[in-house]
Amino acid sequence: MNSALVSPANHAVAQSASVMDVGDGFLLPVLLKIAFVLGLFFVVPLVGGYMEHKVMGRMQHRRGPVEAGPFGSLQLVADGIKFIQKEDTIPRAADKWVFAAAPGVALVPAMLIFLVLPFGPGVFAVDLELGLLYALAITSVSVLGVLMGGWASANKFSLFGGLRAGAQLIAYELPLIIVAITVAVQAGTLSLVGIVEAQSTFMLAGTDINLWYVFPQFVGFGIFFVAAMAELSRPPFDMPIGDSELVFGYMTEYSGIKFAMFLLTEYGGMITMSALMVVLYLGGWQLLPGVPLPGCDGAGGLFDCGFLGTVLGVAVTMGKILALVFVMVWARVAYPRLREDQLQRISWLVLVPLSLLNLAVVTVFKVVF
Amino acid sequence: MATTALPGTGLLKGLGVTIKHLFKRPSTLMYPHERSDLAPRTRGVIALMDENCTVCMLCSRECPDWFIYIESHKETVPPAKEGGRARTRNVLDRFAIDFSLCMYCGICVEVCPFDALWWSPEFEYSEYSMDGLLHEMDKLREWADTVPAPPPLEEGALMPAEVADAIAKAEKDRELEAAKQEEAVQAKAAPEEAAGPKQGKAATKDFEVKAGEIDQETFDKLIAEGKSERIARSKAKAAYVKKEKARMRAEAEAAEAAAPAAPAPKPAEIHVEAGQIDQETFDKLIAEGKPERMARAKAKAAYVKKEKARLRAEAEAAEPAAATGSTEATEAATATEPAAVDAPAEAAEPAEPAKKLSDMHVEGTGEIDQEVFDKLIAEGKSERIARSKAKAAWIKKRKQQMLDEEGGA
Repeated sequence: MNSALVSPANHAVAQSASVMDVGDGFLLPVLLKIAFVLGLFFVVPLVGGYMEHKVMGRMQHRRGPVEAGPFGSLQLVADGIKFIQKEDTIPRAADKWVFAAAPGVALVPAMLIFLVLPFGPGVFAVDLELGLLYALAITSVSVLGVLMGGWASANKFSLFGGLRAGAQLIAYELPLIIVAITVAVQAGTLSLVGIVEAQSTFMLAGTDINLWYVFPQFVGFGIFFVAAMAELSRPPFDMPIGDSELVFGYMTEYSGIKFAMFLLTEYGGMITMSALMVVLYLGGWQLLPGVPLPGCDGAGGLFDCGFLGTVLGVAVTMGKILALVFVMVWARVAYPRLREDQLQRISWLVLVPLSLLNLAVVTVFKVVF
Repeated sequence: MATTALPGTGLLKGLGVTIKHLFKRPSTLMYPHERSDLAPRTRGVIALMDENCTVCMLCSRECPDWFIYIESHKETVPPAKEGGRARTRNVLDRFAIDFSLCMYCGICVEVCPFDALWWSPEFEYSEYSMDGLLHEMDKLREWADTVPAPPPLEEGALMPAEVADAIAKAEKDRELEAAKQEEAVQAKAAPEEAAGPKQGKAATKDFEVKAGEIDQETFDKLIAEGKSERIARSKAKAAYVKKEKARMRAEAEAAEAAAPAAPAPKPAEIHVEAGQIDQETFDKLIAEGKPERMARAKAKAAYVKKEKARLRAEAEAAEPAAATGSTEATEAATATEPAAVDAPAEAAEPAEPAKKLSDMHVEGTGEIDQEVFDKLIAEGKSERIARSKAKAAWIKKRKQQMLDEEGGA
């Protein structure tokens, strides 16, 4: 009966250690963690972006990039080099400091989420006790960068784009946070590592069949997915940059490296949101529900893995993340852009009530069982 | 029915369509590595065949963007014949197209009356700067070599006259080449042969054995004088025609000498031919490269003309014999008629027949020759012309009648 309530509290007391906590010094682990976060931030989004190019191309009967690197895999690197070389123009009427700071304000939070995301057994920079809260809070900061960019560009299209982005992010932040809280309620912890661990010990009521949270909370997963796409301004929720109406929204006046930073924010956001979904709903680095990774002896087959188990765990997480990114790209190709009023209606009239209902039901079940 | 479909089914269908296309073959053509088959009339670039250009400036004037640059100078061409007039000709110095301005409307190609401008399917001539797109004559000429052959004609279509001409010309050129080589071989084999006989032989060979149809001698001479091959060829052709005529005449004269009883040589020839066309004219026209149909029509007309001339000649030949008896009577009539002086043009003709008609004086009183009138109307002539001609015919007839009466008297 109470198998679902396997002591998350114990975990919360003893914070699990990162594999990068080597030696007794302070500096080495910190440097390693910085390198880890930066490496993830600058490599994984490129992988996601490459996949987007290729998948989108194939779905549209094209080939996608083919010339830069093997099978065009270095296309985004080439693009990055190109963006660095380009002239960095600032409109004369722009609020220069705000204009220049905006891409950074958008980019840095997207980068900082990687701090708490667990990519495998012990493969994370830090296991914050309030990891989920941190992740959701820092995501919300990105919208500041977007609003700043829209305002400072001194361009009506930029302003419209920025305001739309602000409205959209506020509207979808709410259901996103509610369904994330639901997961935290079920797991009994706000630590992302703890949530993964909780999933490995969550059993179907009355049986010993292990389940990920995606099964009891499939509604929550759907809401999170839609809200995440809207948060990232991904098509079909890309009204803030809607090319056909707003030129390029809040990015209209940006060029060169600043534009590249906005783009990187978007691709990085795709990865972080997917990683959050993997952690919250898809069992983290678990291969299948109830199947421990080979070589892992720790709690639920999730910790104290050897080298092979660790690598395998990271591979499983990455595979899940890229699968979610694939679905995002798939939806982008399949669906046309929504209207602004449709967007708001979906959020306030459908997603928010549903997520509240979801929260209520899960809470009741949690208490009952 | 679709009314029972769950909400969101359409969304899933959309995903189904896109995922299906993920596994289809991309329709991309990997362009620099592989190339598509361009349509045969692709408008890639405008090519120039400068040998066809007459510097008429039509293309330059019609070009909506005015980017065709043409420069030329005039050259004096010496007269074609002895005593002729020297002609001036435009010689193309520069022909440049600025493809940075071209909008590929093709008006220049359409408007060119001498087929000097063509569409070529070449399209890879992009440049890093705009001034690199101004292409001069040499580059435009290179592109002309890439112009595809025109599409084949439909089954049973008549060959266009200019194409037939061009084919004939090409064949001639080839044969000429062969003849030249043969000549060279012969000259090597028999260097002791005198210039005179050789020349004569070459000329004979030209139109009997060969169908070369140009006068080799003239051609060689003009080439030696530094004339362009085209000019030399056309002049040699003319010379050939002239020579052939002379040869025909000589042959005919020889035939006449052999049979002096025969009347004029040409009618005799016609008489032998039963083909109703003038074989000589026909041959000549064919030799000149005219299409067969045209040659036949002209030869027919020539036959009719000649036949008429022959009949008149026969009649004239018969008349003197009959008229000898009545010479005095005619002379008497001449003496009585002072009107003989107003026919000076006929002085060249034999005196006796000249007196026949022109000496008669008939007052035109509006009568017309009904027979002639009907015939002309039937031929589709306008009534006015028919009437005036019929009037003239009536007067002529009347004169003849008077003359006959006189002759009878």
